Amino acid sequence: MTQASEKIEHRIWNPRYEQMSEDERAQLQLERLQATLQRVYRNVRFYRKRFEEIGFEPEDLKDFSDLSRLPFTTKEDLRDNYPYGLFAVPLREVVRIHSSSGTTGKPTVVGYTKNDLDYWSELVARILTAGGVTADDVVQIAFNYGMFTGGFGLHYGAEKIGASVIPMSSGNTKKQILIMQDYKTTALVCTPSYALYLAETVEEMGVDPKSLSLRWGLFGAEPWSERMREEIESRLYITATDNYGLSEVIGPGVAGECLCKNGMHINEDAFIVEVIDPETLEPVPEGEWGELVITTIHKEAFPVIRYRSRDISRIISERCECGRTTRRLARIRGRTDDMLIIRGVNVFPSQIEEVLMRIEGVEPHYQLIVDRVNNLDTLEILVECNEKIMTDMVKKLEELQKQIEREIKELYQISARVRLVEPRSIQRFEGKAQRVIDKRKL
Amino acid sequence: MKVKQISVFMENKPGRLAEMASTLGEAGINIMALTLAESSDFGVVRMIVSDFEKACQVLREKNFTVTETEVLAIEIPDRPGSLGEVLKVFAQKGLNVEYMYAFVTRKEDALIVFRFDDPDKAVEVLKDTKVKILSNEEVLALVQ
Repeated sequence: MTQASEKIEHRIWNPRYEQMSEDERAQLQLERLQATLQRVYRNVRFYRKRFEEIGFEPEDLKDFSDLSRLPFTTKEDLRDNYPYGLFAVPLREVVRIHSSSGTTGKPTVVGYTKNDLDYWSELVARILTAGGVTADDVVQIAFNYGMFTGGFGLHYGAEKIGASVIPMSSGNTKKQILIMQDYKTTALVCTPSYALYLAETVEEMGVDPKSLSLRWGLFGAEPWSERMREEIESRLYITATDNYGLSEVIGPGVAGECLCKNGMHINEDAFIVEVIDPETLEPVPEGEWGELVITTIHKEAFPVIRYRSRDISRIISERCECGRTTRRLARIRGRTDDMLIIRGVNVFPSQIEEVLMRIEGVEPHYQLIVDRVNNLDTLEILVECNEKIMTDMVKKLEELQKQIEREIKELYQISARVRLVEPRSIQRFEGKAQRVIDKRKL
Repeated sequence: MKVKQISVFMENKPGRLAEMASTLGEAGINIMALTLAESSDFGVVRMIVSDFEKACQVLREKNFTVTETEVLAIEIPDRPGSLGEVLKVFAQKGLNVEYMYAFVTRKEDALIVFRFDDPDKAVEVLKDTKVKILSNEEVLALVQ
């Protein structure tokens, strides 16, 4: 099975920054924050104007509470300043340009200086190390290479560690598996939904997953659930960890899980993470769920101040057993913009997924269809009927549909209609999964 | 004494049943008995086929979800009242029929497929009755 039975050996890539005391961290963050604010005030017209509007000068920042006086930066602000308006260095110092993987509207452009790339690799190296990867590993990167930050971000981090990197990029699933077999891949990097698709294809091709050399899976770029982790781990015989990042802030490398698999350690020497209530925009009490707001404190080309990530999570402050002192992010529950409001009830696709995955035999291939019929919201959940839940009796299949409907009703007070569909009829995704179809015309 | 039935999950959309039937046809598999049970969203096709293993294989290749169930094929004399007599035996022996459907044969006697909730128990208790259960080979021989 997984590595759980073995004694976990925790490796830490950079003890200097991953094991800071609370005082050290506060001191370092404050210094770097001050330097960042100085820089954006001097070099980025947008931020200078914003600061001037509220009569703020960088010298005014005395402690962290002053940070909350500053206005938020949103995706719209990034779009309004497309393409280079928010760069804090002249273009000649920019050595790399990426673009957000955003699925809606105009893309946003982000840039990196030479120093930014070095530090980015450093941050990703920490996350890979936390997830078990060492110089001895063969890392297959099945994230898309290109404008998306996932592929290159993980790539340079893995090289920094000294691992052998296979820059596969996404897609070409059968070839991915042949390469896994022949090149003896030990670590897989991709989205969790693609990992599951790979597992499915491995079985379909008649390859024994135990014959593969895979040990580690580092998955990110979309919300997933604990059940999905169990599913991936048991089908691919790996230890799977979650990691978090977003291109507007840096890409992968913001936070990542250690082998305790209990929240993602934030690289706090590079980012200040706040959690706010997305409605009132006020900070939530410590440890509660809300939208992550991120300020970069160690970036040259594209610093962002109080960027509203739209991602919903919470901060875990308790010490982790792995020895890192950094605070952690709970698994991302969803995005404020993919939160469904169904008859006034807020629900995230990941919450529906939790229910589905609790039911024996159900696989995480599902789709949510939201519609409005006679002025009432309806939620239809398509679930694939695989051989594990298949029976010759229609009433048992109907009972399964009703069971899922009941559990969703009990947990979230939402009346959903579950419909079993044929296997493979729900689209598979090589990148981020598109789980929701909203047909409502509001 | 038991016969293998193949059940196929089928969404209610045009052409799926035809696709299933032609998949079997192209593989040279004969459908000997068939019944369709449906709900509002989907149906389950249950069949007795001439080559069970191959049928499972070719259907899975076409992404159909299939499952195997053990059923009993019972021969019933082709005369009024005979089905009632057999069902009476089931009732006396406490056997619960989940569903049943008829078989097409060229013989004079009727052949009916019964799905019991516990097929092993059914075989056991019907052993010393006059109800005639056909073996897999006997069933297959009917289409030769």
